Amino acid sequence: MKSLVPILTIVGAILLIWVLAVVPMNMHLTADQAQRDGLVVTPATPAERQAYSGLGLSFANLELIPLTYGLDRPRLPSPHQVAGEMWDTIALRNVTSRQSLVYHGWVTLSATLLGFAIGTTLGILLAVGIVHNRAMDMSVMPWAIASQTIPILALAPMIIVMMGSIGIQGLLPKAVISAYLSFFPVVVGMVKGLRSPDAMQMDLLRTYYASSAQAFWKLRLPASVPYLFASFKIGISAALVGAIVAELPTGARAGFGARMLVGDQYGQPLVTWAALFAAAITAAALVGIFTAMERLTLRRMGMVQA
Amino acid sequence: MSAETVISAQGLNLTFQTNDGPVHALKDVNLDIQKGDFVSFIGPSGCGKTTFLRCIAGLETPTGGTLTVNGMTPDQARRARAYGYVFQAAGLYPWRTIGGNVKLPLEIMGFSKAEQAERVARVLALVDLAGFEKKFPWQLSGGMQQRASIARALAFDADLLLMDEPFGALDEIVRDHLNEQLLQLWARTEKTIGFVTHSIPEAVYLSTKIVVMSPRPGRITDVIDSPLPKERPLDIRESKEFIDIAHRVREGLRAGHVDD
Repeated sequence: MKSLVPILTIVGAILLIWVLAVVPMNMHLTADQAQRDGLVVTPATPAERQAYSGLGLSFANLELIPLTYGLDRPRLPSPHQVAGEMWDTIALRNVTSRQSLVYHGWVTLSATLLGFAIGTTLGILLAVGIVHNRAMDMSVMPWAIASQTIPILALAPMIIVMMGSIGIQGLLPKAVISAYLSFFPVVVGMVKGLRSPDAMQMDLLRTYYASSAQAFWKLRLPASVPYLFASFKIGISAALVGAIVAELPTGARAGFGARMLVGDQYGQPLVTWAALFAAAITAAALVGIFTAMERLTLRRMGMVQA
Repeated sequence: MSAETVISAQGLNLTFQTNDGPVHALKDVNLDIQKGDFVSFIGPSGCGKTTFLRCIAGLETPTGGTLTVNGMTPDQARRARAYGYVFQAAGLYPWRTIGGNVKLPLEIMGFSKAEQAERVARVLALVDLAGFEKKFPWQLSGGMQQRASIARALAFDADLLLMDEPFGALDEIVRDHLNEQLLQLWARTEKTIGFVTHSIPEAVYLSTKIVVMSPRPGRITDVIDSPLPKERPLDIRESKEFIDIAHRVREGLRAGHVDD
C-alpha cells in the first residue's frame, strides 16, 4: 500500500492536465453551439473563429468555459462524462445487453485469455527447445524477433480473413492474434530464466551425474519461475491489445475494439473513451492478478523473505 | 606408502586454448593421494589448484598425462558418484529448504524416500545443523549455508570429498570455527579430502599433505607431509612445528613466484 500515494499523485496530475485540456480542445465546438443557442460569441462567425487557436478562443470567451465540459459530442470528453458513460454502461445495463461494457469486455477477455494460454504454452515450449537444442537455439530466436517487427495491424485482417475462409470464426482467430503477441515475451523471459543457473550450479549437477531432464526439473524450471511471472505480466497485456486489435479491422460486432470503432464511426466519443478506459482497467486488473500470483508463488517456494 | 592410492596423477598437462593463445594451466603434475589423506592445494591465483581439483572431478579434461580416481578415469569416477564436491559458494537452491537441498543429490541418485530422510537427518547432525532442516537458505548465515553445502556433498557417502576454497568467502572467526569442525568431521568419517585454499594457516592446520603450487605454467613446487598429530586443537597454530611448516609453505610459494 506504500505505492498508493505515488500512484494517486500521478493519476491526479493526469486528471488535472486532462481537465485543463478539455477547454481549448472543445472551445470551437462549444462556440458554434453557443451561437446556435443565441449566446454572444466573439468573434461572431465560425470562419473568423477558425483563425483562432483553441486557447485563444477560450480567452476571448471566458464565460463559455463551463459549457466546454457538457458537450454531447465533444472532441475531448471531460473525465466526469467518461465516468458517467462508464457507470451507465457497466453498472446500469444488464450484462447480457449489447449496450453493456461488461458484455463487450467479456467478449474481448475470453479471446485474451484463450490467446494468452496458447501464447504462453507455445512460448514455454519454444524456450525449452531453444535451451536444450542447439539447432533451435540458432534458428528460432531470429524468427521470433522478426515476427514481432511485423505490424499486427497489417497481420490481423489477414489472419481473420484466412481463418474465416476455412470456416473458423469468432473466438479463435482473435485468440490467435493474442497468442501471436503474447508468446514473444514468454520465449524471451523463459530462455533467460532457464539459462539463469550459473556455471557452478550446472557443475554441481554434473558432479552428481544428473541427466539433463533432472537438471531441467530440479534446477532450470524452478530457477525460471521469477522470470516467467515477469513475462506473464507483459504477455497478458500484449494479449489484450492483440484481442482488441483483432476486433478493429474486421467489423466485429462485440468487444472493446468493436465499441471503440462504433464510437469513432458514429461520432460518439464517449463510447470510444469508455471502452478505452474499460480496456485499460481490465489490463491493469489482469497484471494485478499476476502480480498477486507471483508474490504468492514465490513466497510458497521460499524465494522471498516472508 | 602402505595405504591404497585414491588419486594418482602422472605427467598431467592441461592447456586451455584462449583467444590470447594457449594457456598452460597444468604442467607435468605428478601426485599420489592415499586413502584418508587430507590434502591441501595452495598457491596464488592462476597456479592451477582449482583446475587440478576440477580434473579430479572430471569437470575438466587433461590434455596430457594420466589421472586415475579410485583406479578409474575421472569421468568414470564421476559417473560412479565417487566424490562429493563443495564449491566456493554454498549455491543452495533458494526454493528448497536446507533439508530439501541436502536431499537434492539423493533424489537425483534415486535413493528411496525413507533413506533420503534418514541420510538428511544424519548429515545435518554431522555438520551441526540438526533442527534447521525446514529453514530456507536465506534464514541461515553464510557459514551455516556453507555447512549445509558440505552436508549435501556428504549425503551420498562418497569416500572422497573435494573442496574448492569452501571457506574463502567467510570471515576469519567463522573460518576458524568451520576448520575445527571440518577436522572433526574428517576424523569421524575417515574420508579422503582434497582442499583448495590460498590461506597458509588454513592449509597447515587442516592437512596431512600440503601441495604447494605456482603459476605460469601451473605446477607443483613442493609437497609437504605434515608431521602434526591428527588431533589438532586451534592453539596448535602457536606451536613450533606449525610455524616451521608454515614457513616452508611460504618459502615454496616465494620460490615459485615470478614477479611480472
